[in-house]
Amino acid sequence: MSINRRQFLKMVGVSTVVGIGGTAVFNGLRNSGLEAAQTSPDPRTLTAKRWGFVVDTSKLQSDEDYQKCIDACHSIHNVPDLSGLPEEIRKRQEVKWIWTDNYERTFPTAPEDEYQNPELKEKKFFLFCNHCAQPACVRVCPTKATFKRKDGIVMQDMHRCIGCRFCMAACPFGARSFNWRDPRGKDDNGKPFVNPEKENKEYPTRMIGVVEKCTACTERLAKGMQPACAEASNGAILFGDLEDPNSEVRKIIATKYTIRRKPELGTQPSIYYVIGGGEHAG
Amino acid sequence: MLDKALTGSRRYWTWIFVLLAVIGVAVLTYLRQFNEGLGITGMSRDVSWGLYIGQFTFLVGVAASAVMLVIPYYLHDFKKFSKIVILGEFLAIAAVTMCILFIFVDMGQPMRIMNVILHPTPNSVMFWDSVVLGGYLALNLVIGWTTLGADRKGVKPPQWVKPLIYLSVPWAVSIHTVTAFLYAGIPGRHFWLTAVMAARFLASAFSGGPALLIILALIVRKYTKFDPGYEPIQALGKIVTYAMFANVFLLGLEFFTAFYSNIPGHMHPFHYLYAGLEGHDKLVPLMWTSSIFAIVSLVLLVVPSLRKNEKILAFACVILFISLWIDKGFGLVIGGFVPNMFEGVTEYWPTLPEAIITLGVWAIGLLVLTVLYKVAVSVREEAV
Amino acid sequence: MYDSGKIIAGLIVFVLLVTFPFISNMGKASAKPKPSIDTPVINEMAVKKCVEPKEFMRAEHMQLLNNWRDSVVRNGDRIYVNTAGQSYNMSLQNTCMNCHSNKKKFCDECHNYMAVNPYCWSCHIQPKEQPNEQPKENML
Repeated sequence: MSINRRQFLKMVGVSTVVGIGGTAVFNGLRNSGLEAAQTSPDPRTLTAKRWGFVVDTSKLQSDEDYQKCIDACHSIHNVPDLSGLPEEIRKRQEVKWIWTDNYERTFPTAPEDEYQNPELKEKKFFLFCNHCAQPACVRVCPTKATFKRKDGIVMQDMHRCIGCRFCMAACPFGARSFNWRDPRGKDDNGKPFVNPEKENKEYPTRMIGVVEKCTACTERLAKGMQPACAEASNGAILFGDLEDPNSEVRKIIATKYTIRRKPELGTQPSIYYVIGGGEHAG
Repeated sequence: MLDKALTGSRRYWTWIFVLLAVIGVAVLTYLRQFNEGLGITGMSRDVSWGLYIGQFTFLVGVAASAVMLVIPYYLHDFKKFSKIVILGEFLAIAAVTMCILFIFVDMGQPMRIMNVILHPTPNSVMFWDSVVLGGYLALNLVIGWTTLGADRKGVKPPQWVKPLIYLSVPWAVSIHTVTAFLYAGIPGRHFWLTAVMAARFLASAFSGGPALLIILALIVRKYTKFDPGYEPIQALGKIVTYAMFANVFLLGLEFFTAFYSNIPGHMHPFHYLYAGLEGHDKLVPLMWTSSIFAIVSLVLLVVPSLRKNEKILAFACVILFISLWIDKGFGLVIGGFVPNMFEGVTEYWPTLPEAIITLGVWAIGLLVLTVLYKVAVSVREEAV
Repeated sequence: MYDSGKIIAGLIVFVLLVTFPFISNMGKASAKPKPSIDTPVINEMAVKKCVEPKEFMRAEHMQLLNNWRDSVVRNGDRIYVNTAGQSYNMSLQNTCMNCHSNKKKFCDECHNYMAVNPYCWSCHIQPKEQPNEQPKENML
């Protein structure tokens, strides 16, 4: 059989493509060296059908009380602190898992006008991932890097995230942060974004170019502990099973007036905000 | 056939090296972005997509527009397009190449791009977008190369390529529909949440793409011995006109729904883009440029005596292209992010490195286009 | 043969490019990697055993870590029961590195030799190492 140069080049091209593809398939099949070993959840793990939160900030008095919750979360998760950057850049690139804002910005579509209770309008609310039952972010993610766990927590696999930021466009709550710069980096004054003296040695940081957000402290739930914000909140953030009629969160939702952020979008947020004055305190 | 691209005039090689120089600078800039992160762009947590994704969206339209030559020629036997249909197919190849590159430079972790294939996710529109774009690239490569090769030998294209050509028609529609679905299926982004998004995309694609083709055909005529002909260009001009009317009409529908319903969330992005919101008005001059260019181009195109003058036609196509480039390549993406999820305004403007990388991707696209057109034109010149 | 000059020059460039890795490393014979297990925690162990046998770990630790990662992050399973029936907390940072607290002498030793650069440490925090730690002759 004689072949000319053209045919030869075609064959080389095709066999290269097949070779590369074939190796990938082969490696995929080979990936099963550990069949004898078993995995299981930690027996201490807190379990629920659908984890949710009730936020009642009337239980908090001062700005420090709010900051304590934020710090608790951000310090144990090594969330980079970009406060050393120029204000304009910090605002655009900051990473946050939990933060506070006023009524108007927390509930932009809730009924409100200038005649309403000024106390309500000045109130501060905690914002973090809603762990929606119908999460838009999970729907759009092209790699399943963000996904919903069986217990309702919307989890983020930072190993798999390709940084396309489709989830950030899709999340109606602005709960997602992108690592616009290396979280292990430093600001212009040489101050590291994650302080090596204060970092949590038991938890990783993230890397450049991935999306991160609140994970409802899955690593703490596995040890039988409450989420860090709830623990530090003096009862202002309650964590419990929304599917369990006897849980404390359900009892509050059943008896007090609570609202959720942008319920009209149908994502079914799992954070309920207690609305009203201080009469619920204590 | 690629050997045709290796011989050329001095002007041809100068152009190639200019493009290579731009690409070189852009690659260096991209390496900086790769190391320092997307923080060197103007994007932010509130406006998390910018120029890159805007250009991607716009170029999907340019790619899809090849179908405006394929349908008349292959389905309606409109013979006048026989010489230029290859220009449309090769333009599609260059455009899809740029689309893929714009997605790539927008990624935070580009080295993980294969995750989209390793973990296929049918519920994600982006997964489907990568499937249809890859398929469209392959289709046009095979069709363009085979038909041109047959042409060179003076024989008819092989029979097996016919079904592929027919397939490429719905496929072209699909790439732009799926790209519109990236936006139109997102809850809470009022500017994007509109059922006419895909229709608008197609209308703007079928006017902007052929407008670019007219410009390219005139350039080809000026600098080579290959003349695409007067009549095919006029026929394209009519396509551009109709499609642009549809596009402006659909945009008008958006205005009506937003402002007659008087729903704040629907009006805010339009306010921001065309008048400014809460004192933020960076995009207003651009958007008005786009609107004025759109109207002027339509006037020039719709009057037959003006359209028949190729100089005027060329001018109309240039400003129409710029108009759509602003509207779809920039305003559409940014308008979806302003105001943000808290009804606040964070503005966006591309940075210099971002602009250089964008320019570099265009340069790569132009390089691909130049090489492919060189091949096509050389084959045509031989045939003359 | 037409253009023989160009073709031969091209061939030479091609051969140089392809053999560049070999040429550039010529004469720089790297020492055979000897990962050290000399760490305080391992030294205190009565029986020095990893989660799986040494041979398995040497060949398959990357697969094991991949599986651990998916198991913990995606399935919420954090306990690994090995082939001998013992349980471990699946954590690179807290389990692996608790014993192998000498990343430089353990992980990097082979990874550098093999010129692989796993990105584990872009996120996972590596143990603080004493820079003047003297390795004893207690090699794997």
